[in-house]
Amino acid sequence: MADDRFSGTSSYIATDDLSMAVNAAVTLQRPILIKGEPGTGKTQLAIEVARSLGKPLYEWHIKSTTKAQQGLYEYDAVARLRDSQLGDDKVHDISNYIMRGKVWEAFDSKEQPVLLIDEIDKADIEFPNDLLQELDRMEFYVYETKELVAARTRPIIIITSNNEKELPDAFLRRCFFHYIKFPDQKTMEKIVDVHFPMLKKELLTEALNAFYKVRDVRGLKKKPSTSELLDWIKLLLVEDIPLEALRSENSRSAIPPLYGALLKNEQDVHLFEQLVFLDRRNNPQ
Amino acid sequence: MLIPFFYLLREGGMKTSITELLTLHEALNSGLAGQSVDDFYFLARTTLVKDEAHLDRFDRIFGAYFKGVDDSLSDLMQDIPEEWLQRQAELSLSEEERKLIESMGGFEELMKALQERLEEQNERHEGGNKWIGTAGTSPFGAYGYNPEGVRIGQQGSRNRSAVKVWDKREYRNLDDSVELGTRNIKVALRRLRKFAREGAADQLDLKDTIDKTARNGGMLDIRMVPERHNAVKVLLCLDIGGSMDDHVRICEETFSAARSEFKHLEYFYFHNFVYENMWKDNQRRQTEKTPTLDITHKYPSDYKLIFVGDATMSPYEIVYPGGSVEHWNEEPGAVWMKRFLQTYPKSIWLNPEPKARWDYTPSVKLIRELMDDRMYPLTIAGLDDGIKALR
Repeated sequence: MADDRFSGTSSYIATDDLSMAVNAAVTLQRPILIKGEPGTGKTQLAIEVARSLGKPLYEWHIKSTTKAQQGLYEYDAVARLRDSQLGDDKVHDISNYIMRGKVWEAFDSKEQPVLLIDEIDKADIEFPNDLLQELDRMEFYVYETKELVAARTRPIIIITSNNEKELPDAFLRRCFFHYIKFPDQKTMEKIVDVHFPMLKKELLTEALNAFYKVRDVRGLKKKPSTSELLDWIKLLLVEDIPLEALRSENSRSAIPPLYGALLKNEQDVHLFEQLVFLDRRNNPQ
Repeated sequence: MLIPFFYLLREGGMKTSITELLTLHEALNSGLAGQSVDDFYFLARTTLVKDEAHLDRFDRIFGAYFKGVDDSLSDLMQDIPEEWLQRQAELSLSEEERKLIESMGGFEELMKALQERLEEQNERHEGGNKWIGTAGTSPFGAYGYNPEGVRIGQQGSRNRSAVKVWDKREYRNLDDSVELGTRNIKVALRRLRKFAREGAADQLDLKDTIDKTARNGGMLDIRMVPERHNAVKVLLCLDIGGSMDDHVRICEETFSAARSEFKHLEYFYFHNFVYENMWKDNQRRQTEKTPTLDITHKYPSDYKLIFVGDATMSPYEIVYPGGSVEHWNEEPGAVWMKRFLQTYPKSIWLNPEPKARWDYTPSVKLIRELMDDRMYPLTIAGLDDGIKALR
């Protein structure tokens, strides 16, 4: 039991509440729904859970056109029609035209797999409802071949959502839920530390101060998140920015170097530059 | 122990179900929570809460139930704007001052006084000894000292133990009863998008037709589907200037967010109430007006009409000719409003003022009557109800 517990990995820092949610889902074999700001590591979580528990990972990325059925299997009726007209022998066995989806593959896995259903909110509103039975009983029926596919071992199902659509209650009832809140400075230090273990302590502190200051700017359309911070620090290291550039006498009017990595929206960049300009004018050094 | 808590959650407006309660029991049985209260809190949260909008509510109920904190004041507290209580200064008092404060009346009296003061006071306050605010010696507010005082919105008790996780109320701005923030607006407007995609027209479903025909062994089988169109038309009328100045930011955000969501979005401005003219450019409102009749003639009745305004004005501006504060209007605003409503059966009024204050303004009541009560607060929940009414 002890080694089955997830508590973060060497490259992923999980807070206590996140570990608890994952462990509850693993123990009770229910799906877990992960929400949170973009860039806080929702998708990464599934990869890290699979890695730390040493289980195979199946990823099912959802698009706006994805149907629930595609995750189970697809019956290529058109190919069969074509084959029948060409007189192909394959046509007599319907199973030649059944193509397995990610869920089927995961159900068929010999050892317990991790199944990631990524960005479930991108799909049609009815999508989660169509998967209720499959996620609950971990089995589904193939009508064409009259075959019942049941999971060999119940997979650990991790579902992520960006909140673009509301998910139906019936679906939510069957899941554990965790909202990844934006990490505080202490957690963030740990996160940066696992990604850049060689980073100097002072540089990290200064970079984080600058980062949280940018996040605090009011009216930003897209606040920079963890993944942007990591990119930015990588850039700082590559460009070999000296510590002094991050630090400034009047810290409020300092404009962090390479801030383009933090702000992804030209309106935000504009707003930010204006604020810094105003601030410099009001507080001349 | 969990069952009363479960009912408390449901009373608190959360949609927690029996399935989830049973799951929690199952999780506890399998020893997930161990011995620690924090673990139990995390476990209960991941099991019982399924929407980040409810996290704050859950934290409060959890805190109240498991710490025995008296939560009966919560309704009262809701109405006090957060900024009054933002911690700005700290205060240290001498012994004598503390004694002086202790001489104040009992709890009942305190509550009565709080009620009165809530009605009297309408701005943020700091320091001093009467008003509700921060760091003062008034019996009401936070971060100050009054042994018989009522603590409002202070996180944890400052003189005692460390703050518990659920007392931090980190999810506060995700609660759907607070006003819209930028993030909240995005989520709310996604709901508009959902509604924008619904429609009912018949269309040939080519893929399904091929599929069904193939299954049929080549016999043609025509399949139809309802059209999935994004053609919802919206006519947005925004109040601007005067008492709306406080709400300009939120209206702008709603407006700019709405613009990207629809193909057909027309907007017009008005001041306080609708009369014979509206305008599109607020800078040139005196020169470039659009007659209201032209608007109702130009845009057909399948447009959905949304007014955004605080509906706060003198009742004369609605019911009397010449009541407008800006010009002489031949016909009362109410007549123009009725023309609008006749043309556009689907219409709502969004009000950025908190719902609790509506009853104090007669003009709000008048407009609600005109609108057949289709006035909604500009919060996520209000927007949600409004969208439902527009369907």
